[in-house]
Amino acid sequence: MTMDPNLDSPRTAVSNPPIQPMKANLGVGDVVRASAMPDLPKPERQLTPVAKLIDVSKCIGCKACQSACAEWNDTVPEIEHNVGMFENPHDLTPDMFTLMRFSEFDNPQTGEFEWLIRKDGCMHCEDPGCLKACPAPGAIVQYSNGIVDFIHENCIGCGYCVTGCPFNVPRVSKTDHKSYKCTLCSDRVAVGQGPACAKACPTQAIVFGAKEDMIEHANMRVADLKSRGYENAGIYDPEGVGGTHVFYVLHHADQPELYSGLPANPQISPVVRGWKGVTKTIGLAVIGAAAVGSVLHGLFARANRVSAEEEREAEHLVETTVPVKGEEAS
Amino acid sequence: MTKPLYSEKGDHLESTAPVRVSRYRGYTRANHWVTALSLIVLLLSGLALFHPSLYFLTGLFGGGQNTRWLHPFVGILLFFSFFVLFAQLWKLNLPRPEDRTWVSQIGDVMKGNEERLPELGKYNAGQKGVFWGMSILILVLIGSGVMIWEQYFPDLVSIPVRRWAVLVHSLAAVAIILVFIMHVYAAIWTRGTISAMTRGSVTGGWAFRHHRKWLREVAGREGRDPAE
Repeated sequence: MTMDPNLDSPRTAVSNPPIQPMKANLGVGDVVRASAMPDLPKPERQLTPVAKLIDVSKCIGCKACQSACAEWNDTVPEIEHNVGMFENPHDLTPDMFTLMRFSEFDNPQTGEFEWLIRKDGCMHCEDPGCLKACPAPGAIVQYSNGIVDFIHENCIGCGYCVTGCPFNVPRVSKTDHKSYKCTLCSDRVAVGQGPACAKACPTQAIVFGAKEDMIEHANMRVADLKSRGYENAGIYDPEGVGGTHVFYVLHHADQPELYSGLPANPQISPVVRGWKGVTKTIGLAVIGAAAVGSVLHGLFARANRVSAEEEREAEHLVETTVPVKGEEAS
Repeated sequence: MTKPLYSEKGDHLESTAPVRVSRYRGYTRANHWVTALSLIVLLLSGLALFHPSLYFLTGLFGGGQNTRWLHPFVGILLFFSFFVLFAQLWKLNLPRPEDRTWVSQIGDVMKGNEERLPELGKYNAGQKGVFWGMSILILVLIGSGVMIWEQYFPDLVSIPVRRWAVLVHSLAAVAIILVFIMHVYAAIWTRGTISAMTRGSVTGGWAFRHHRKWLREVAGREGRDPAE
């Protein structure tokens, strides 16, 4: 099966890319939002929103997705020490955009031990905190298909994206001082290929396609899990960030924190909103008003001048005050 | 010799006709200008990352990456430079009873009716406000700044704390820019002030008008030898 070259994005990661030449999309005309660029022109067209669905209940923890990610993105995660757990590397890094997080859960209801494995990485929020926080014009962009991408040539390495992200995902490189995270394989999606991790996943726990299709697929998975006794199974597509373009099927959707601290109600922190909203706008206005006001006052108001009379009085004061050398001063 | 209350030991009359009073020695002036220059660099580089409409200011420093790198180091320079300045100036900036009167008659200050104000030592309440405002804000800025220094302290504080730090840093920055504008404005509006930081001295009339207690004290100990 190959992808239809007339589609604006791949509908699955399983199919091969189109054989016929296909114009790459995800160019400048597909950008709906860009960091520090409030007056961005409207995009030329609306692409079909895409999504990557991660079905945690189907994951076997093989890390093929991590390998595929490192291979496609040509990153070389540092070799680390085994500290007695399966997580490797220890955290997301500038060279590891996705990470299998393993957590052990003693289910008090069933008495069963459960191994909850979640593929962590950028969630591609509809309302991205990183993009809101970023001060560098065009360093973070959001395409009309929902992918949030870092444009590294514009990145200045300040780490504000780390501050803004509700999921603790971006990592700033110590070598080139630029921030890195999952791109949702924007460079593959642009030419009709699904993300590398989804392509590599042997159980199809990771699937990719139009967000609508993925939600339909997720609903089927949830119904299946419920029929098998997971009554709290559900979709994790958090509304606080406007929904995400990477989303999960969880067996315990009522307790997302079980999955290595997946936040229950992620949203852009009100502190970040206050910083990037009111503080930025009012702060600059107040500074501008103070600067303009003082210049105008300086030009038109009467200056505070010393009079010739005061100079004379000073001389008089000095004459009468300076003690004569050798005499005892009072 | 009695301890000076309103002047530094080094303040002295440079000449008596016309009167010129030395206000800052060369060392203090150099210290002031290093601090001032650092503050201006910090202000420009900080504003560049504060608001998208000012991002073009990164061009002054060779682009966004350089601005991001430079800003915290200049912050460290300013912190230590200001600290040395602080050590020299803090004593005469302690509040005194006449400051209260001065503040309550701020209208006369603005109109330049200084004959109605009490006689003052080396600093008036406004100058003291700038001094303490700068001192506190610089402490807040260096503290919050280190917390958001991605290059060297990425894990110093948790991400929620970092969010507060960046908010506090930007609020304190706005405040210090306002203090800076007031400082520069007051120095220009009050004619004859700037020579205190360039030549190091002011005219007798300036001292008589604005800081008469200071002038009296400086004149009073002139010619007196500590040995006598």
